[in-house]
Amino acid sequence: MSHAPDDRIPRAQADPGAGPPRGPEGDGGLPGDTLSRKRFVDVLLGASFGGFTLAVAYPVTRYLIPPENVEASVSAVVLSLKPDDIAPNSGVIFRFGDKPGILLRTPGGEFRAFSARCTHLDCTVQYREDLSHIWCACHNGHFDLNGRNIAGPPPEPLEAFDVNTRGDQIIVSRRT
Amino acid sequence: MAALISALRRAVQWLDHRMGMSALLPIVRKKKVPLHRHTVWYYMGGMLVFLFLLQVGTGVLLLFYYRPSADGAFESVQFLMAEVEFGWLIRSIHSWGANLMVLVAFIHMFSVLILKAYRPPRELTWMTGAALLGVCMGLGFTGYLLPWNELAFFATRVGTEIPGVLPVVGDFIRTLLRGGEDVTGATLTRFYALHVSVLPATLFMLMALHVLLVQRHGMSVPPSVERAGGARRSMPFLPNFVLRDLVGWLCALIILAAVAAFFPAHLGVKADPFAPAPEGIKPEWYFMFMFQTLKYLPAHILGVEGELVGILAFGVAGLVLFLIPFLDRKAARGEPGSGWSWVAFGALVYILVLTALGYLANPSA
Repeated sequence: MSHAPDDRIPRAQADPGAGPPRGPEGDGGLPGDTLSRKRFVDVLLGASFGGFTLAVAYPVTRYLIPPENVEASVSAVVLSLKPDDIAPNSGVIFRFGDKPGILLRTPGGEFRAFSARCTHLDCTVQYREDLSHIWCACHNGHFDLNGRNIAGPPPEPLEAFDVNTRGDQIIVSRRT
Repeated sequence: MAALISALRRAVQWLDHRMGMSALLPIVRKKKVPLHRHTVWYYMGGMLVFLFLLQVGTGVLLLFYYRPSADGAFESVQFLMAEVEFGWLIRSIHSWGANLMVLVAFIHMFSVLILKAYRPPRELTWMTGAALLGVCMGLGFTGYLLPWNELAFFATRVGTEIPGVLPVVGDFIRTLLRGGEDVTGATLTRFYALHVSVLPATLFMLMALHVLLVQRHGMSVPPSVERAGGARRSMPFLPNFVLRDLVGWLCALIILAAVAAFFPAHLGVKADPFAPAPEGIKPEWYFMFMFQTLKYLPAHILGVEGELVGILAFGVAGLVLFLIPFLDRKAARGEPGSGWSWVAFGALVYILVLTALGYLANPSA
């Protein structure tokens, strides 16, 4: 038995009344603008493939995006340090919620606190006693005692916090 | 003895009847490697295959002891270095091997770049190669964090903040990389997954494609050699080139073992998210030129944040590198004297000078 092109045989059997012979450009469709069977299967398969891809890609993408941090951002913390623990012209890193903050005491004895996250590329800054100001070791950024970026690459000042001392307690709070 | 050999031969025949591997033999035998004064650069690719296999082998061994968590990672590496027999050797070879692999990848890339081996029809070979270099650096970056020490912690803070300065998509990419807003244990598990599965698998597939393309087009003969004319000399791939490759691999292994023994990889101090970044903090040497550039950029350039300008500039440079087969029209037409050789040379000098400055310049000046 000789082999005709695959898609002709079943179609010819299935379309007994298909009428005139098909033109060379016809892909075996029914006369008129009815969707041909081949095209229908193509669309069906294509749509299924697209749907399947989406059905896999969507949960995977959502999976890769981490859930929002449920911990509410902290507005004030009481430090475990006493005012006397910090000498003038020095600084310490403290926890402000889950972020680092820096508490410093100016050479004049005044307390100041800032976010310790460098505004350049997120390193943790430190107090340089030899320079009497704040410094970031990663890319040599300098901030003055008001948290202003004075030298190096940082584009913005450090976020400033309020410091209150009540007796032996130091309370650092976010500015509203 | 003779019986053993004939049994072995029968076994090989049995296998070959089922697998048909002997069909490949004529192809391998036919393969020739061009001989000229730049032939030495042809060894870099094979060297990279060897170093990759070495990284896979030592990496698998490290997995037997490593614990990917913020609480346990540093301690598990400490245990591996101090208690496990030859733990220091395996980790040191893995660490030094990674450095050597990136170094050889850079040499491979610059030799191909300067000898213009990216000319048609080898554009895809070049592009897969450039992608491979990127994956290599990604492996270096993700692997650096895994011991969870102070240096790695801050290097990762900076490295993941870099895409974060991009407008619109920056925050999203940073969160995706870090597994949250900050570098935490969630970042460690992400980097671990990337380092031990996603990136090695990607590297393996790209490498297979890259090697296949090299086989298809044969080794590129540099334009200067082509123009000089004269008799073309070559050596058979099997066994001449393969044996020379083997000698190179053995040398690399000996050098790595010696360096690992005399300068074991150190571990440093455990990462503390609530400690300031240590003075003299540095990334791995192959990121140094970018790190140092970011240090020198002012806070604002023409009203745009300096770091954004720097990062975009490196992004554009990477894109140019990736697309150079299509940009170097002169070389594609086989004409001499395109300016791109000077660009490549300039880039090499820039990288070398900035890297040197990174190690020599005073960190707080």
